[in-house]
Order: sequence, then C-alpha cells, then structure tokens
Amino acid sequence: MPAMTMVQALNSAMDVMLARDPDVVIFGEDVGFYGGVFRVTEGLQKKHGEERVFDAPIAEGGMLAVAVGMGAYGLRPIVEIQFADYIFPATDQLISAAARLRYRSAGEYWAPITVRAPCGGGIFGGQTHSQSVEAIFTHVCGLKTVIPSNPYDAKGLLISAIEDDDPVVFFEPKRLYNGPFDGHPDRPSQPWTQHPKAEVPEGYYNVPLGQAAIVREGAAVTVLVYGTMVHVALAAAEEAGIDAEIIDLRTLLPLDLGAIVQSVKKTGRCVIAHEATRTCGFGAELAALVQEHCFYHLEAPIVRVTGWDTPYPHALEWAYFPGPARVADGLRRALEG
Amino acid sequence: MDTSSPPAPRLRLHIPPHHSMPGERPDFGYVRRYAAGVTERPAIDVPAQATHELAYHLIRVLDDDGAAVGAWDPKLEPETLRRGLRAMMLTRAFDDRMMRVQRQGKTSFYMKCTGEEAVGVAQAFALAPDDMAFPTYRQQGILIARGWPLLDMMCQCYSNAQDRLKGRQLPVLYSVRDAAFFSLAGNLGNQFPQAVGWAMASAYKGDHRIAVSWIGEGSTAEPDFHHALTFASVYRAPVVLNIVNNQWAISSHQEVAGGEEATFAARAIGFGLACLRVDGNDFLAVHAATSWAAERARANHGATLIELFTYRAGPHSTSDDPSRYRPAEEAQQWPLGDPIERLSQHLIRLGEWSSERQTQLESELADQVRETGREAERYGTLDNGPHFSTKTMFEDVFKEMPWHLRAQRQETGV
Repeated sequence: MPAMTMVQALNSAMDVMLARDPDVVIFGEDVGFYGGVFRVTEGLQKKHGEERVFDAPIAEGGMLAVAVGMGAYGLRPIVEIQFADYIFPATDQLISAAARLRYRSAGEYWAPITVRAPCGGGIFGGQTHSQSVEAIFTHVCGLKTVIPSNPYDAKGLLISAIEDDDPVVFFEPKRLYNGPFDGHPDRPSQPWTQHPKAEVPEGYYNVPLGQAAIVREGAAVTVLVYGTMVHVALAAAEEAGIDAEIIDLRTLLPLDLGAIVQSVKKTGRCVIAHEATRTCGFGAELAALVQEHCFYHLEAPIVRVTGWDTPYPHALEWAYFPGPARVADGLRRALEG
Repeated sequence: MDTSSPPAPRLRLHIPPHHSMPGERPDFGYVRRYAAGVTERPAIDVPAQATHELAYHLIRVLDDDGAAVGAWDPKLEPETLRRGLRAMMLTRAFDDRMMRVQRQGKTSFYMKCTGEEAVGVAQAFALAPDDMAFPTYRQQGILIARGWPLLDMMCQCYSNAQDRLKGRQLPVLYSVRDAAFFSLAGNLGNQFPQAVGWAMASAYKGDHRIAVSWIGEGSTAEPDFHHALTFASVYRAPVVLNIVNNQWAISSHQEVAGGEEATFAARAIGFGLACLRVDGNDFLAVHAATSWAAERARANHGATLIELFTYRAGPHSTSDDPSRYRPAEEAQQWPLGDPIERLSQHLIRLGEWSSERQTQLESELADQVRETGREAERYGTLDNGPHFSTKTMFEDVFKEMPWHLRAQRQETGV
C-alpha cells in the first residue's frame, strides 16, 4: 500500500468518487486548473474534465446555493471552501437551505453536498486563516460534521461524506495536510511516510461516519479530541507519562457517544481538548454529555483544554494554541481533581 | 494647503423619502406608461448587449382598449387565453378563501398574490411543465396553472393530517416535486442562485429542462441575487431569472431596494446577461417575454433577467395592514390595471368571451374553491387538528435518524 499524505489521501478519495459516480462534481476557488491552494484537487480536472472539476467565483454563498440546486437536481456536489474562515458567507445557504431541505419538503428534496474546508492554525495564518469553526455547524440540526486526523481516515471519511445523502461539513486540519503535528512547532516537521495511518489503499473503501477511534488505550483518564489535537494529546500523554486513553472522535455529528461513555466509565476522568475557542465550543457539548451519562463514574471535574476566547493571533499563535504542555497540565489536573 | 479656498460643502445623507403616505393621493408619477406594441422584439440569439436598452423600456402587448399589438404579441389561441384567464381567476378565488379562513382562525398565516396573478400563471403557460420552478411565496399561480390540486394546497395551508409536508411549514411554503416546484423557503432570495445551480446541473447532464426563479424587487438587495447573476453569467446557465417588482416589500417602497436610480432589469447589464422589462399585469406580454427567455436558455444562449413590473394589490401577508403605510386607493389607481380584467377585456374584444361568462365563471370558481375548502377542512385545520403525530417531528432531519434524535423522541414519550 502506498504511503500518502493527507492531501494525497483526500485527492484520492475524490478521484475514486469521480470515477465511480458521474453525478459527483467539484468546484471552489482555484480548484480547477490550479488544483487548489493546498493542492488537494491537483490533477483532478485534467483527469476527469473541466465540467466536473471547475473554478468558482469568489462567492461562498453562491457556491453553496449552486450546490443546493445541483443536489436538488440529483448531482452530488463537493464544494471546497478555501479556508474554513471563509465559510461564513455560505452559512445562510448551509443552515437555512441545505440543512433544512429534507425536513421542510418532507423528503421531496435533499442536499447531498460535501463542503470541504481546511481548518485550524499552526501555519501563521493569522486570524482569518486559522480558525476552527466546527461548533457553529454541530449546533445546526440537519448537518453532519467530520474532522479527520490522518490520511487513512481522511480518505475513508471523505468517501462516506460524498456518498451521504445529507449535507456534510468536512473540516481538514491544514496543519496535518503534510505530516502529523504533535504541537511542538520548534521541532522538525514529521512526514506522513513513517506513520501507520499513512498506509492508504489506492481504491475505494470507506470509514463510516459516526464512529470514533481509540488511538491510545489507557486506564487513568479519557481524552476526547479530534483533528490536530489527536496528535497533540498523544504527545502530551507520552511526555507526561500518563496512562491516558485517547479517543479520536472523527465525526462530531453524529457523535459516537457509546465509545465516549464506555471509556469514561472505565477511567472515571475526562479531559476534552480542542483548538477552537472555549465558550460554547464543541467541548461544552461533550462535557454536558459526559456528565449526563457518566456522572456517577466521574472522580474528578471534567477538564477542558482549548484555544482561548480570542481571535487567532498572528505573532502569538503558539500562546493561543493548546499545545502538549497545556494538555499535559490538563491531564494532571484531571488526575489530581 | 490653500487656506483661502472655500470650505467643502457639508455632506448629506440621502434617505429615500417614504412613497405616498396614507391619506395622501397615490403618486404614480414615477411610472412611465410606455405605449403597447412599440418595443422591438430581438431574435432570441442576439448578444445580451443587444437587449440592454430594453432595461429602460416596458414590453406591453395589450393596449388600453384590450387589443394585442406589436412584435411581442404571442398570438395565443383563444382557448389558451381562456384557460389562462381561468387559472388567474382560480388563483384569486383561492387566495380570497384562504385569506378569509386565516381571519377565522383556522390557520396561522396567509399570503395573497392579488394583482400579480399574471406573473405565475402566464409564465407557467409559457414554460414546459417540467421546467423547474424556484419561486417565492407569491407564485402560487404556477401550481394552479400546472393543474396541481387545490385540495393539496389547502391541506398544506391547514397543516392538517393530509398535509404532505407534515405540518412543518408555514402556510403557502409549498413543495411539489411532481409539479417541478421547489420547496419554498421563508429566507428571502436564497432560491435565486439555487435555480442557477439546478440549471447548471441540467446543462451538465445534457438535459433539455431549464430552471426558472423568481425574487421580489426588495430581495434583490440580498447577496443571493448578486450570486445568481454572477454564476448565471459565468457558466451561461439555462435559467430564467425573474424579478417581481410589485412596488412594495412589506412597507418599504421599491426605492428602498435601489429602484430610485435604475430599473431592476438594468441589474443585468453589468453581468452581461440579457434583460427584459415587462408590464407584469399584461398576460400576453408576460407570456411572450417568458417564452423569449425560455427559448433563449434552451438554445444555450444563457440566462435572461426579466423585471415584471406589477403592483401588490393586497397586503404583504395576513400580518400587516397596508393602510398604515400607503394610500388606501393606490391599488385601484395602479396605472397598468388589473391582469384579470385586462385579459378578459381582450377576450371580449376578440369575440371569444363575454361579461356574462366572466360573471358565471367567477361564481363557478368560488363554488369550486368553497367545496374544496370544506373537503380540506374535513382533514383538519391548524386550530382544531388533527395534525401529524409528535413522533414525526423527528423524521427527515436526516435520511436516517441518528441516536440523539431517537433519544429526544423517546423523551417526548412517543
């Protein structure tokens, strides 16, 4: 099996789906001839034709509207939003139309749309190229929200998202595109090649939506993470020498509550970490669910380690980012509490 | 710096003045009455630019005496005209009935299209039955012209046990896939660029069907309007984009939407789209313009923006009182008349209709609507039910119900 970067794995997912399903089309800013600013659609236009992979005007709201219309016709559009930070002009079409269409028409129309958007910081992108906006979408009924943490999952989850008959918002942690990132910006970048999850089949397979993965088994504390923070949490547990059980949620909605509850009941402690701002972040929902379902098993207060409630600062990026030291501190607090 | 120069004039903010206060005489000085039959009809394959002067015309076919004149006369058979008249009258009778039952408390809300019936009806007559409509809430005439049963529409308005939308949508926000009628949103304007996407899909698949959308002049200020025109232009989408300029967005006159400095049809110019500006109360002109645009789209010459210049004779909805923001007699004095009266006058002039037949048809349609209304009420009304069961509330959020919705459904005890 070839080793792929996350960029290559995502590209492969779309390549496979373009070949399998003539109703799949891809559009977005710079995705056609150029292949996307992060090269995720590289070569797809040349291989599958310009009617299937094409550039869109700089109008995220327009792109989503067009996707809704195409979905109503019977196509299966994939829209690339160049940065998750640019998704806001599209939110009316996503929230008021795509997410509500099946319900408001009692199943006459639906929106089988996949919205891909690079998210997260760690690339000195400043406040407009670094945000993690997933919680805005998990709050919307009718949307599914996915965030992969490695090439194998990225391809399998993206294929599931494309095949899904409901709208899926698919966030791609851009700091993971070309290698796993453990949260130490001062250390040399690691390539995906040495990572077991970079072994990606070339053909079709899927990773079902709604299933978490236990990426590290442990008995002392449960860590709930997704995206880049999976790798940060692994580093934190190793560096602090804590027997943490780390769960990669992979899909935020629908959420794999069973995996969470089973683990927290075992460990009795829970740390939730995400890069997004804290207040009303997805961690708030996770904390509520853990206390609803595991209250009598908890031996300590649930700990949240998150980005601060500020815009993502350019020069102070690493003061904002919840790196391994902060996560390790969170783990210790959960153990001491 | 030259200190001797006079001070720059103080800047002034322009707020469009409120158009015609209640109690004032209606002021239609801004409505230029173009003569019928004088506007040239370009070939359907002309470059878009060749249509741009039409943004400042008004295509009219019916003259003041009810004669059909000029190059835009679609020369429809009298039988087609009678069917068109009937569909417009049925739409008006339906609206009147549903407005009344809302006043009786049998449902929560209603929106009439009185005075604008030619917009949905003449256009549905000009389009193929499977051309995909992305309407606003004021084109119920499309469904009626396409022969969709009134009973089904009424059950939707009552949110009763026969409502195909399971009581989820406000009255009038229909969805009728079998009549190529897209699910209506309450969010203004967002259907306009969706229609462009549908049209792009149809073109991608080498289909023959085109998309058609409508937007109010007020909502052209939304970004969706700009998106629709941009994407329609960029991808030469087979779509007809209609702006229904009925002068009023609730209480805001068209000037608040930007009608003071340019016509709405003129929005097409900067996008390189074809445009037509039409007397929206002239059944023949609306039909002819729609046919022109549909034919152009079907022949891969791209989208047309049509401004349908009409007047909202009724309130915005059952929730507003027009006497609070405009002169009561404005509707009667609209310089372009009433679409039903004008088509009826034309048919009479042709010797194909009479005022007796008009009166008789009015009464027949009122009876039909009343009978259908009684039948619909047997399936329930919003105030008295029966409605869909609570458990259906959790269905169709997703294709398959995820665990959290199943859990919430269990919390309701059903």
